Amino acid sequence: MNANKIYPWYFSSGAIVLYLLFIVAPALLGIYYSFTDWNSYSSEKNFIGLEHFRTILAGDPTYLLFIKNTVLFTLVTSIAKTVLGLFLALLLVSGVKAANVHRMIIFSPQVLSFLIVGLVFKSLLDPNNGFVNVTLRSMGLDVLTQNWLGSLTWAMPSIMAVDTWKGMGYIMVLFIAGLLAIPRDYYEAASIDGAGFGQKLFRITIPMLMPTITIATVLNITYGLRVFDAVYVLTNGGPGNATDVINTAVYSSFAKGYWGLGSALSTILFVIMAIISFFIIRLMNRKVEY
Amino acid sequence: MRLRKRLASIGLNALAWLLSLVVLIPFVVIVLNSFKSDAEAKVLKLTLPEKFIFENYKIVYEQGHLGGSFFNSLLHSGASSLLLVFVVAFSAFTLSRNYSRLSKFLYFFLILGITLPLNYIPLMEVMKSMSMINSHLGMILLYTAMGIPISLFITYAFVSNIPKELDEAAIMDGCNGIKLFLRIIVPLLTSVLVTVFVLNFLSVWNEFTAPLYMLNTVEMWPMTLAVYNFFGQFSAQWNLVSADIVLTSLPVLIVFLIGQKYIVGGLTSGAVKG
Repeated sequence: MNANKIYPWYFSSGAIVLYLLFIVAPALLGIYYSFTDWNSYSSEKNFIGLEHFRTILAGDPTYLLFIKNTVLFTLVTSIAKTVLGLFLALLLVSGVKAANVHRMIIFSPQVLSFLIVGLVFKSLLDPNNGFVNVTLRSMGLDVLTQNWLGSLTWAMPSIMAVDTWKGMGYIMVLFIAGLLAIPRDYYEAASIDGAGFGQKLFRITIPMLMPTITIATVLNITYGLRVFDAVYVLTNGGPGNATDVINTAVYSSFAKGYWGLGSALSTILFVIMAIISFFIIRLMNRKVEY
Repeated sequence: MRLRKRLASIGLNALAWLLSLVVLIPFVVIVLNSFKSDAEAKVLKLTLPEKFIFENYKIVYEQGHLGGSFFNSLLHSGASSLLLVFVVAFSAFTLSRNYSRLSKFLYFFLILGITLPLNYIPLMEVMKSMSMINSHLGMILLYTAMGIPISLFITYAFVSNIPKELDEAAIMDGCNGIKLFLRIIVPLLTSVLVTVFVLNFLSVWNEFTAPLYMLNTVEMWPMTLAVYNFFGQFSAQWNLVSADIVLTSLPVLIVFLIGQKYIVGGLTSGAVKG
């Protein structure tokens, strides 16, 4: 049987053409633009070598802050979503009533746009009349009220909390699926041997969940490094530059007309993601061909 | 012992409800607020409105460009998801069946896009050169391209699980490649293609970054941009902003409730196998 005749490669040409035009061409063009002084103030694009990269990595310290914020955001939200997701999953498979209802409620923010979630929390976290501060005040806990999105100390943690609130349901669903796949006999055998909750958790559940934990981590990291909507809607990078991440910095350099510089920032993100992707694709490959 | 077990069960149920409430309360506050008067909504509280004011929704609909942007969102989400299902079905079929080096390479090349960030500044240049900025066709094709990597990944694994003996039998009976695909494979792929459609529909509906870069006329805006702009104008009137948020989330929540099985199935596939 001649496979080329029955499964001609050009069946995939539609996907390939669209992918090349809208994803690959801009990526390559972007790398080229990173080495030019392309901006909205002149019509020429002059080749300037590594100057933008020097500005970003060694020149202006604010750019390093954006990279640091991106990494911090990724680390904190990844850990928080994984831990909370696992906790919620364990709770919901432990035989609580109406587990499906809980699962649906906790998962639901995931299907909403971050724009909607962002606006909801923008109102809830308003320093004067927002739900959080109003509730704290009505309980007499005035000391705990904060300017959540407007203060240097609290803006970043607030964004991370909102993002975790939105994303933990997805990770929970992954863990529920993973937990249900663990054969029950393991736990029965362990119970007969007299193992307690903690022993079962650390000796059976977590080791058996390792593939799910890996995928959840990968998803969290790739999402975290690319974050844009969450920061843009909640603080737009403020106060000052305190909560700017790489992608909001790309957007503001685009808006200011510094297109070459914006492309260079994108390229740095691209390189980080490409290295991580290499490992992810290998992981996925192992998954498909079992 | 039995008492302890019952207490533990009550405790766990209470905890589950507490956590669900943490997720629900923000939405409840917004929904209640959307029915309040301007003055009453000034302070966001978890109280019932003195009088339910449905007028808010009418104002929001008229001033928020919601009719037009609803249509735009529907067009972008629906058309790109349909096109995506079409191109992904074809490519998953041929790439997963054909064991050549080229098809293997093409598969990895295409799913690489799952993780790589989109570079919007040069993308604008590319789309400009094809006169696709501020155009529905441009947005639809862009969203289709953005959906290809993850959809292909999900569908590819699914096709691999269809036994190849089916193909052989069909070919013995005189099917060629395209007939085999349309008559045998596509019917078996229906459920995964529905998943791809629903997942893409939602992600395009929620998309905010691409329109922010690519669309600069109000007539072209999807609901996300319309809401963001509405918030910019009416940020002091929380009853209106809340009504706007409710109206915009409704379509998504309806799709979620209908397509729940497919959404959760699609998001977990690949994560728990192996």
